[in-house]
Amino acid sequence: MQFYASPEQVQRDRSEYARKGIARGRSAVVLTYEGGILLVAENITSLRKISEIYDKIGFAAVGRYNEFESLRRAGIRMADVNGYSYDRRDVTGRFLANAYTQTLGAIFTETQKPYEVEICIAQVGSSPETDELYRITYDGSVMDEPGFMAMGGQAESISNVLRERHDTNADLKSALHLAAEALGTVGGENGQTRTLDAKMLEVAVLDRRRKGRAFRRIQGTSLLTLLVGDKDVAEKDLGGVDAAPPPPPTDKPTVSAASEEDIDDQVAASDPTEPPDGVNGDGS
Amino acid sequence: MAKDFDPSGRVPDYFVNAGTSSFTQFLTHASPELLPGRRPLPPGLSGDIAPHGTTIVAIATADGVVMGGDRRATMGNLIASRDIEKVHPADSYSLIGIAGTAGIGIELMRLFQVELEHYEKIEGTMLSTDGKANRLAGMVRGNLGAAMQGLAVVPLFAGYDLSATDPAKVGRIFSFDVAGGLYEETGYDSIGSGSLFAKSSMKKKYRAGISTADAIRLAVEALYDAADDDTATGGPDLTRKIFPVVMSATANGTHRLTETEITAVAERVIAGRMENPGG
Repeated sequence: MQFYASPEQVQRDRSEYARKGIARGRSAVVLTYEGGILLVAENITSLRKISEIYDKIGFAAVGRYNEFESLRRAGIRMADVNGYSYDRRDVTGRFLANAYTQTLGAIFTETQKPYEVEICIAQVGSSPETDELYRITYDGSVMDEPGFMAMGGQAESISNVLRERHDTNADLKSALHLAAEALGTVGGENGQTRTLDAKMLEVAVLDRRRKGRAFRRIQGTSLLTLLVGDKDVAEKDLGGVDAAPPPPPTDKPTVSAASEEDIDDQVAASDPTEPPDGVNGDGS
Repeated sequence: MAKDFDPSGRVPDYFVNAGTSSFTQFLTHASPELLPGRRPLPPGLSGDIAPHGTTIVAIATADGVVMGGDRRATMGNLIASRDIEKVHPADSYSLIGIAGTAGIGIELMRLFQVELEHYEKIEGTMLSTDGKANRLAGMVRGNLGAAMQGLAVVPLFAGYDLSATDPAKVGRIFSFDVAGGLYEETGYDSIGSGSLFAKSSMKKKYRAGISTADAIRLAVEALYDAADDDTATGGPDLTRKIFPVVMSATANGTHRLTETEITAVAERVIAGRMENPGG
């Protein structure tokens, strides 16, 4: 029976334990593109690794589901309490990153078992230069990542692919292709690359052009079109907010409460023969 | 923000635990001081200390609902505000209007908005229309103590029901009483001091399956009628270009009529009244 373990040894053991746990899971990447921030996770389940936190802030995580899920809830709660008691603009990615780093740091040093998670807090700005990506690891270290990041098993080799080819001026389609290819470079048999199809990916964007809630999931046909189709998907067809149901039978875009102003733009951009929302031409 | 400060810097347990998906319930642990209905009030009536908001109308249409509100807030015989906005989106598919003590009403509305969004984000799915209405009823009930001392607030809730099976019933309207009673209304409803006149106005012209555009016109007419007979309801103000706030909720989401849109409707209503003041 061992009576004494040096603090260094304890920390090393915990780190190793956490790293092993994280490396077993599938990976996720987050990268900026011209229209916002793209979050992609390899995920074949319906349990989510990517989530909305607040208007401009998204969350992506890898590792143990129960652990990052409780962190996700905490993030939404902190953001909503702050936004409610101050103003929506006063909720920032840095505030959340700080709360997460404190929490994960405390859990790492104080508890027997560290959290086996790695999380990303992404805040979309008005241009790729003002986007913020924070990586927070199991021991509470936080890193401000330059435009792209990969988390999870073999994150290093995925990062290398991203580093070589990441372009902040890329459109959504090429950014998604890059993300899918990067995730496919690891995990194949005998080091071969894999092709990930729409069923294996969980994809969301923080759209920098949207007013109000910027988070949109890309799923179903829009994801398929972006991944294999040869044409780009119009911004308005990307799907609704997280909770929005499948688009209504009419092919009009789903609009959130927070982005009423967008309606006019969309109406203007759509078929001119279609009557605009609201009042008819004759005002009756 | 947090009730107790943990020196380790860890966020308190109630932030992390699975607990509740409701924001108000969460606040009872995290920051109870942010919740309305928990503040002790001195005995006696306090109804005249704060501005009151007045008339709101809602109409169910073929595509959803339309809700409109006048722009006046009063304090006794004074006009406290000419351009208060009392109709707001509650979430992507529903609307809330408030009548009664303006300060408490605005707080209730903000809390309700966060409540719906919070549930959506935590659960990854939206509350049902009835779920939203029940939640709001609970929040109104929490204000009963203040209401009995004159600080009553009553909301009107209306929304596009995403799970409606009958296409004729996509637009739903719910009214409340100060004790938190919840009543689903058929066709149209109104709350506030001018509601008597607004309801009579709508009763004569409302037809089931009315189009959204017609309902917008009807809402503005009803508010005009309310302003005609109730001093606490403001009519369209042509000199300052202040017109009612009118919003719609349909399958495409919520939409607030733009300045130009509402000006056009209001001017048409006024032109009609020039010829026939009774409408």
